[in-house]
Amino acid sequence: MSQKITISPVTRVEGHGKVSIHLDDNNQVSQSRLHIVEFRGFERFVQGRPYWEAPVLVQRLCGICPVSHHLAAAKAMDVIVGAGTGDGLTPTGEKMRRLMHYGQMFQSHALHFFHLVSPDLLLGIDADPAIRNVIGVAQNENFQALAVQGVMMRKYGQEIIKHTAGKKIHGTGAIPGGINKNLSTEERDLLLNGEDPLNAAKMIKWAEEALALFKDYYHKHRDFVDNFSYFPSNHLSLVRKDGALDFYHGVLRAVDAEGNKILKDVDYQHYLNYIAEEVRSWSYMKFPFLTELGKENGWYRVGPLARLNTADFIPSPKAQQEFEAYKAHTNGKPNNYCLHTHWARLIETLHAAEVIKDLLEDPDLQKDDLVVKGKRMPEGVGLLEAPRGTLFHHYEVNKDDQITMANLIVSTTNNNQPMNNAVENVAKAWMNGQNEITEPMMNAVEVAIRAYDPCLSCATHALGKMPLEISLYNNHNELIDQMQSDYTHTKSS
Amino acid sequence: MAKFIKFTIDGEECMAQEGKYVVDAARENGIYIPTLCNVQGIKPKGACRICSVKINGRLMTACTTPVTDGMIIENDHADIQELRKSIIELLFVEGNHLCPSCEKSGSCELQALAYRFEMMVPRFPYFFPLREIDASHPKIIKDHNRCILCKRCIRVIKDKDGKNIFAFRDRGHHTGIYIDPELADNLTDELADKAADICPVGAILKRESGFKTPIGNRKYDQEPIGADVEKINPSNGRKKS
Repeated sequence: MSQKITISPVTRVEGHGKVSIHLDDNNQVSQSRLHIVEFRGFERFVQGRPYWEAPVLVQRLCGICPVSHHLAAAKAMDVIVGAGTGDGLTPTGEKMRRLMHYGQMFQSHALHFFHLVSPDLLLGIDADPAIRNVIGVAQNENFQALAVQGVMMRKYGQEIIKHTAGKKIHGTGAIPGGINKNLSTEERDLLLNGEDPLNAAKMIKWAEEALALFKDYYHKHRDFVDNFSYFPSNHLSLVRKDGALDFYHGVLRAVDAEGNKILKDVDYQHYLNYIAEEVRSWSYMKFPFLTELGKENGWYRVGPLARLNTADFIPSPKAQQEFEAYKAHTNGKPNNYCLHTHWARLIETLHAAEVIKDLLEDPDLQKDDLVVKGKRMPEGVGLLEAPRGTLFHHYEVNKDDQITMANLIVSTTNNNQPMNNAVENVAKAWMNGQNEITEPMMNAVEVAIRAYDPCLSCATHALGKMPLEISLYNNHNELIDQMQSDYTHTKSS
Repeated sequence: MAKFIKFTIDGEECMAQEGKYVVDAARENGIYIPTLCNVQGIKPKGACRICSVKINGRLMTACTTPVTDGMIIENDHADIQELRKSIIELLFVEGNHLCPSCEKSGSCELQALAYRFEMMVPRFPYFFPLREIDASHPKIIKDHNRCILCKRCIRVIKDKDGKNIFAFRDRGHHTGIYIDPELADNLTDELADKAADICPVGAILKRESGFKTPIGNRKYDQEPIGADVEKINPSNGRKKS
């Protein structure tokens, strides 16, 4: 008798979700879906608000990477106030924002790897859930120093955000056309040469060590890493005009699974010419796709894996060296291994640390020319690479300065289809032939989701409390088995 | 010659010029009585009641009551502070005060008072009224969601002929501030700046100036509201914590 397994709720970046897995008569996975069942409404309630409020308002979408939304909205508003599309700001304006953004990438990537992912890698995907969390890592004498390192790396990134945006979470630094403060020499010295370990050089060293840790893990667990939810896909991200990796600004590029450019460095102001979104009845989250390739074939991945697949090189020496080794692994072709996302993420972490050091040494950060304005425009698009992938903000503003339309395509949305695919692959690998859900099975599904998009709620899972629920259904939609995050079974008759 | 009189606030002997309003007399003696609708130097209105004190045992507004010789004023008492806190909470539930995205945040007197009175969450249910933003004036935006009807803008902002540019419209729960259409053109840049400054909340916004002051430099980032009054007693130089 065929069955359906539901994991509900799976928490996400912006709400709750669930996973349903259908099993056929032979207990083989026939279909798997990640449903996003929460509705936020930001695009609606930002309407009517003065446009300069958007960067501060919309960042409340997220508590982990609010800087991404803050800056993406500010970039869109740069266009509205006639300051250009990202490269039209004053050097101080652009570099302060870059520092804020790279600080955020650094802290978010550190959080992602150390707090959320490392328990699975260091303690094992099937380790006792009571210790398979960041506290468990900290309590293990082999990893104590590592746990502290993760916390301090995150703290350093947060300090950068505080000194550029005003506070660590939900600041106000970026305003339409620029920034509201520069970096004082005291702030610069604190971040550049602060007391050990909170200084730029130590962060580069620690980022290198984290990378070495992952590579060592990979060396020892190559089969598991390579075979965990592998699937080919298209990849999309911003790249600098010369093809370099750039998190803050650039042109839109997409490559297919073989590395052929399918979106050739286009101006993101016209993203609607290239990207459309499909609505499916079973999820509040839309499914974006490249229009030219259509719904079936046009979906793509975003995030660290995608960025290192689209970029030609990394414009910082240590990260470039690591990038070359990483690319050699797939003979220069795009990397489609799900868990290599963590490898890519750590290379990006190293790059962010290098860029932060370079920026802190740049005297432009102490200058006073903060804002530019030009001809007022009715519409603006702001894109950047958020920690988990490409983030789109698009606004229209009326003559009275009120926002009349907002369209946000967040990283999670871009990764909707890939996350569905990842879950399906895991379901097939772990649940084929099963009629009961086990804790490792449940965690395997989470591991797949977590490679793309852990969230604050998922972080609570890292402490053993992710509100995940799996339900098993037969082909008549009758509940066969259900398991909650506290690992209790609820079986229907 | 001005006549000085003696009175007490919470048992502390104070001195002030006869005829001063209690709130001003207290300020001169280094004692803070919270206010919202009151503006120093402008005829008081007594609209918000935040400055309620007990004068000779009766609840009265400190901003509208002149101090008299021998007056006994109770200010820092638990029941009075609780009354003030409840008024602040009522103001929060009556409008839509969403501090996280408000450009006045950090410089807002209502928010600063809520912090001072340690308001965590209002004890009353939110009204969530449906209110519109009026963005039709070329210099300012009026966000009715945040208006607390203090009348500061009506009382302070006058054109060169002394005419009020702002006025009340409608009645009761629907009361709102509007700009007299016949005098709208008289709102100069200078007056628009002044109107945004005088508004204790974020109901009057100067265009394109939101969030220009970085966090750390906003009005109440360094010190809580009232700290300036409490720090120094100008009449005798006595410092309070």
